Amino acid sequence: MKKILIVDDEPNILMSLEYTFRKSGYEVFIARDGKEALEILQVEVPHLIILDIMMPNVDGYATIEFIKNEPQLQFCKVIFLSAKNKESDIEKGMGLGADAYMTKPFSVKKLIEQVQSLLQEAD
Amino acid sequence: MSSFGLLLVLLLYLGSLFFVAQWAEKKGNSKWTNNSYVYSLSLAVYCTTWTYYGSIGVAANSGLNYIPIYLGPVLIFPAWILILKKIIRISRVNKISSIADFISLRYGNSRFLGALVTIISIVAILPYIGLQLKAISETFHVVTKSQNSHNVLSDSSTYVAIVLALFASFYGSRYVDATEKRKGIVTAVALESAIKLFFFLILGIYVTFFVFDGFQDIYNQASVIPGFKEKNTVNGLEGGMNWLMYCILSLFAIFLLPRQFHMSVVENNRERHVRTAIWLFPLYLLLFNIFVYPIAWGGNILFDGKGFNSDMYSLLIPQFFNNQTMTLLVFFGGLSAAISMIIVSSITLATMLSNNLLIPYGLLGSLAAESQVENNDRIVRIRRIGIFLMIILAYIYYRYFILGFSLVSVGMISFVIIAQLGPAFFGAIFWKRGSLRGALAGIITGIVVCFYTLMLPFLLSSIHPESRFFKEGIFGIDLLKPFQLFGLDYLEPVPHALFWSLLFNFVAYLFVSVSFKGNYRERNYAEMYVDINRYITNHENAFVWKGTAYVKDIEKVLIRFLGEERTHRAMKIFKLKYNIDKDNTMADARLIKFAENLLTGHIGTASAKILIEGVTKEDKISLPEVLRILEESKENIVINKKLIATSNELKIISEQLKNANQSLMLKDKQKDEFLDTVTHELRTPITAIRAASEILYDDDEIPEELRKQFLKNIISESDRLNRLIDKILDLEKLETGKQKINMLPGNIVQTIRESVEPLNQLLVNKNISLTFIDSENEVHCRYDHERIVQVITNLVSNAIKFCDENQGVIKVEVEEVPDLVRIHIFNNGKNVVEEDIEAIFDKFYQSQNQNIKKPIGSGLGLAISRQIVELHHGEIWARNHQPTGVTFTFTLPK
Repeated sequence: MKKILIVDDEPNILMSLEYTFRKSGYEVFIARDGKEALEILQVEVPHLIILDIMMPNVDGYATIEFIKNEPQLQFCKVIFLSAKNKESDIEKGMGLGADAYMTKPFSVKKLIEQVQSLLQEAD
Repeated sequence: MSSFGLLLVLLLYLGSLFFVAQWAEKKGNSKWTNNSYVYSLSLAVYCTTWTYYGSIGVAANSGLNYIPIYLGPVLIFPAWILILKKIIRISRVNKISSIADFISLRYGNSRFLGALVTIISIVAILPYIGLQLKAISETFHVVTKSQNSHNVLSDSSTYVAIVLALFASFYGSRYVDATEKRKGIVTAVALESAIKLFFFLILGIYVTFFVFDGFQDIYNQASVIPGFKEKNTVNGLEGGMNWLMYCILSLFAIFLLPRQFHMSVVENNRERHVRTAIWLFPLYLLLFNIFVYPIAWGGNILFDGKGFNSDMYSLLIPQFFNNQTMTLLVFFGGLSAAISMIIVSSITLATMLSNNLLIPYGLLGSLAAESQVENNDRIVRIRRIGIFLMIILAYIYYRYFILGFSLVSVGMISFVIIAQLGPAFFGAIFWKRGSLRGALAGIITGIVVCFYTLMLPFLLSSIHPESRFFKEGIFGIDLLKPFQLFGLDYLEPVPHALFWSLLFNFVAYLFVSVSFKGNYRERNYAEMYVDINRYITNHENAFVWKGTAYVKDIEKVLIRFLGEERTHRAMKIFKLKYNIDKDNTMADARLIKFAENLLTGHIGTASAKILIEGVTKEDKISLPEVLRILEESKENIVINKKLIATSNELKIISEQLKNANQSLMLKDKQKDEFLDTVTHELRTPITAIRAASEILYDDDEIPEELRKQFLKNIISESDRLNRLIDKILDLEKLETGKQKINMLPGNIVQTIRESVEPLNQLLVNKNISLTFIDSENEVHCRYDHERIVQVITNLVSNAIKFCDENQGVIKVEVEEVPDLVRIHIFNNGKNVVEEDIEAIFDKFYQSQNQNIKKPIGSGLGLAISRQIVELHHGEIWARNHQPTGVTFTFTLPK
């Protein structure tokens, strides 16, 4: 069972994502900001991380930097899921090593497709 | 006292003077030598032996007639300060070193006029120097009780003259540049002025209070002497006219005597020193005159009928009482008076002789060919010999011509001759139309009249005392009697001569000036002299010159007199001052004037002009053109000022524009950020709604409980969206001023209670304790009730959100201070990051780290609160407590 970590500070969004991916057959971990995410990443190595950018305490950018510098997490896929939808935001996100960038509001179906395709690539 | 002994003391005295001069020269600019008192005292070079001995003679023989000589300067003093300042400024910018320079430069830098003024000065002053030597010599013989020796070589006064001549020639010609300040001489002269006054006062006190019993006693005894009464009245209108003429004579002298000009103008190094002189110098003259009368009449009483020379009373009285110390003091006082006059006069005469006569009329050619060092040596040598020569000539003059005359008569003749420079001199600074021809005509006419009415009879009387010339005039024409010219018979010879000579002089100057216009150069200098205050800062601009000249040629000339180093330095300063390109090869009018000025100090105005003319080719300019150029330069000065003012205004405006632009750019950036954040904030609930809706739509198997939860989320996110839109609109209304604040008096405590009430349920749910301190008080102030409810709700909601999760504590307190009310809302939650403590009130505040979201909810509450408080003219701020807790405070005016 593939593991997915979802990081977002909006509880309602988090709830929808958690339900969706559980139902799609993934093991889901949730974190409400970067700090919680990092704590989870100490013990778990998910196959994919869905990461918001604007969050309290530790933001998405800092989180991905940590992930990219952690050898254990080098095969871990990262999708940014953010309301920051400017060209420059997307470029920056991809530049930091994300595998995909989706803007909010998003289509749940498309997100699932994106996750699936990324995980297949990894196999 | 023996001749030898006195000579020894005299040498000692000269030696100490030499020492003082040397010391002052070394001190240079120290406050001991460079102050207004030294300057004022040095002006007292005016008081010579004539004052020291001669006044007493006059007072003894003819009563009050000695007074006008001092009254004149005192009367003119208020005007003197104004005129003198002008003269000082003109002389400073033009590097003028003598009265000959001053007058001749104004009249088109005329070489001839300069020479004429020099000759007149020498003719007038040489006898005057002779007079001083005579006084020294006579008093020397009185003190030593020796006789005048007919053999020049065995007469000790000859040696005194030679020593003085050496001293003066050594000290007077130290500088090549005649406009350099001679600190040594000035200090020595000032010291001598102090000495002569001091000793004279001692003598006065001695005679009045020790020889006699005070002023009254002298008056009582003197009033019985025959002729006392006649001598001590003004003698009606005729006597008054005599007085008036004497006053005019002396007030001219204070400006025109070369030594006065030198001391007051050339040696002046601070204009403000004149301010001290204006009271100190008249005071000095007054002090000097207090005891003249008692001494004179004391002498008359003591020596009545003995036929002593009344000029010598001041020595004879102490000697009569065998008071040798007093005699010696008086002698040295008189000696001081004589020496300072001799030295200063001989220096000025020698400067004029070299700069206005010898160099421009002959030596210039040979100077122009030599090197700088040789030139300077030569100029100094000329002056040195000149000074020496002046004193020796004066001595000869005294020995062979004036042995028999009184001190005053020779002095008076000098004054009258010098007064002939008056019309041209005063015309120079006040009247632009005055021309060279007018000045020459005036001076020559005046001298001729003066010669006929004063000098000729004076000389003749020593040869043919019984000549018919006095009684019948020339060729027996009655109207031409020298002492009663044109029938004017009630004036004494000196006032008489002064009256006619000045009248003719003045009329000729006026008439010729009006009839024949001067050339452009005269007119040019006339402008610069009369309007000196306008040109003081950049007088080179006022000089009109057209023609062809090369900078190189001018530099070559300068180097010959100034040396390489000084020339290059001067040129550098000049180019800097006028912002001239250093590679410029052509010289303009400013450089011509600048170069002339540099040379003037060394060789005089006339020679400087000749030298510069030698290397330049000047085009003739017509008089109207000069006036036009001058007018333009005046306009230019005005335009320049305007341009500077305009450019300053532009600078200010562009600075303002820059600031405005910057603040606009900042606002623009803030607006972008605001939009960015607003869209982000709006998208967040929409994202939640969309995700939940999609799940509900696609997923039919969703358990009932979860389905309800998703629907509930959709509702709450929709509400959130709505609140957000409301707040944005609120803020927009407040910011644009569309939201009016309706200030009414109210009880703020009551308002707070009302605001907090709706939140009670939430507080209970979250287990937070809210304390409202003094909630029963009444605190009145003016505010918009609805808006302030909004602020308090925002702040309390905020406090609820951030207070400690387990044991929440909120405290509300109203504090009353004069003029305003403070409302504090405290919560025991975490501190706000210190660097963000002000920024939290910005709309959608974000921390320095752009992507860290603060859990402030909509992020607009604090911004709206601030807007409302500021519209109430209050303030809002947050303050951290240690270790935890934050207080938000806002103020409302009463």
